Amino acid sequence: MTREEVLERLNEIFRDVFDDDGIEVCDSTTSADIEGWDSLEHINLVLAVEQEFDFKFEMGQVVSMKDVGEMVDIILEQTL
Amino acid sequence: MRELEYPFDSEYLLKKKRSIKKALLAETGPFMEKKIAVFGGSTTHDVIAMLELFLLNQGIRPRFYESEYGRFWQDAMFPEQKLLEFRPDLIYVHTSSRNIRRFPDYYHQMWQSIEEKFGCPVIQNNFELPFFRLMGNKEASDPGGRVYFITSLNQMFYDYARSHDHFYIQDILYLSASYGLERWSDPFYWHMYKYALCVPAIPALAFNLSNIIKSMFGKNRKALALDLDHTLWGGVVGDDGPEGLEMGPETSMGQVYGEFQSYLKELKRLGILLNVNSKNDMENALAGLNHPDCLLKPEDFIVIQANWENKDRNIREIARTLNILPESIVFVDDNPAERAIVRTQVPGVAVPEMERVERYIETIDRSGFFEVTAFSSDDRKRNEMYRDNVKRASLEAGFADYGEYLKSLEMKAVIRGFEPVLYDRITQLTNKSNQFNLTTMRCTRTEIVRMAEDEAFIDLYGRLADQFGDNGVVSVVIGQQQEDALHIRLWLMSCRVLKRGMEQAMMDELVRQCREKNIRHIFGYYYPTAKNNMVRNFYQEMGFEKVREDAGGNTLWRLSGLEGYQNKNQYIEVEA
Repeated sequence: MTREEVLERLNEIFRDVFDDDGIEVCDSTTSADIEGWDSLEHINLVLAVEQEFDFKFEMGQVVSMKDVGEMVDIILEQTL
Repeated sequence: MRELEYPFDSEYLLKKKRSIKKALLAETGPFMEKKIAVFGGSTTHDVIAMLELFLLNQGIRPRFYESEYGRFWQDAMFPEQKLLEFRPDLIYVHTSSRNIRRFPDYYHQMWQSIEEKFGCPVIQNNFELPFFRLMGNKEASDPGGRVYFITSLNQMFYDYARSHDHFYIQDILYLSASYGLERWSDPFYWHMYKYALCVPAIPALAFNLSNIIKSMFGKNRKALALDLDHTLWGGVVGDDGPEGLEMGPETSMGQVYGEFQSYLKELKRLGILLNVNSKNDMENALAGLNHPDCLLKPEDFIVIQANWENKDRNIREIARTLNILPESIVFVDDNPAERAIVRTQVPGVAVPEMERVERYIETIDRSGFFEVTAFSSDDRKRNEMYRDNVKRASLEAGFADYGEYLKSLEMKAVIRGFEPVLYDRITQLTNKSNQFNLTTMRCTRTEIVRMAEDEAFIDLYGRLADQFGDNGVVSVVIGQQQEDALHIRLWLMSCRVLKRGMEQAMMDELVRQCREKNIRHIFGYYYPTAKNNMVRNFYQEMGFEKVREDAGGNTLWRLSGLEGYQNKNQYIEVEA
């Protein structure tokens, strides 16, 4: 899976979770860029990503993730 | 909405909650509005979001108060003005083993405080088992063990529930076991988000909770409409003959159908009405039900529709005969095509996905259609009462004159002010009567007690028996006196005693009491809903004059000249 493919699938998830078809995520997207992306909604995003890519985040990864780019890194690493 | 029926896809619901909510608000309704306060010992954000979806799907539109993180105790003991003004209809206390810091007294104090300060029903969940066991198996029996401690604490909760009305236990001990305790208690969700259960389990928790709530507010299902072939037994009775059917202890398949039948028979004991909706000749259907290994006999059913009509027509016929709404019926059929036609043609009927016979019980059970919150002796007798009704209907057909028929029923009624033993039944009636209900005022038990004890209210219940049996409490009237006028806040009657003259008997007693209190005018109110059109002209029929009508169809009626009132009841012998 390429980075672009991961980003494309992530984008769909973001649109579903935040119910906004206008969302376009890129590596540098952070919670500040998306309405409704707070710590409580983060859990739903994490779950949806886990389900889409069929793996489980470790706590350490969730805690340290800073932006969408880092999320993509973890997904690529986990789904090799 | 199909997505919210058991078994639902939890991940999908969590992911799409926003768009699902929009769709529910746009496509369903009308809703009953309820205010729910959630007192949490952990994060409750998604618990509330999921509960909202399930309640909307059950026809209840909730407004929530959510305690600040972990402040369940403070909100119960020292509520702020904002919370008191919110005046919840219901409080849900969501605590978990993670919150156990103090002794059980702590809970008693909290519940008593809620009772004093809010006076509304409480749902308290019990405790799931701890996710680790220091001493291993010994934890279960050793008084120092956490497992032992939680078991005892739960026991204490149940004792409290048994001795207090309107205190309900949500059994998350069972839910977590059924879900899998290891996954339920995944520490990831506690440490990351302070959720006491794993987030993917939240829809299961919320669905379960919504079932308790809908039951409290009178939205339980009442009846099952059951297919026969491949649903109650294996095989097709018309083709295989009764001797060729699989049921009973001889084979594995026979046993699993037998277990399902005994589950249904138990539901009948709880007052659920069993009916048949089958494409079969009546003769064959009865031959199957009379099979010696068939646990359910023809006399266990109220209505048996066995014919070649479409099943949606038969469902409507069952609803009509029982005088209940499609919303009260669960249709059980193994055939997806039959399910589809009923689902599309008769909105409101619950149509669970009956896929494999070994999962029939689980599917019906987990759907929570018949969740028991209050259980009255009338519930236990409901099957008899409905069967008596069907008998009355066949008697009626034999009389040329309706009055003669009413006389032959030898009806006897008791009409009196509310009595404490009936508070539960009266509360239940105010919450579930939709059709013969002038104002659709829903009451909690606390409100019923308050009105019963307040001198300014005239409250009446009516109980009706006849030669076929006792119908129990069937009518409730509440009037509020203001100077020389009585305002009728509530008038309802169970549809199973329609056209029997009971409303006239209630009116006579109401007028009698009004005269005693020197009341000169009685005002009646009619507020239209989607379901109470049948009583639009009720007050006119009772001799009231219309005072006004607004654009929404709400009408106000007045009855004056009570001195000259002539009793209307002709057929019922009334005992005051």
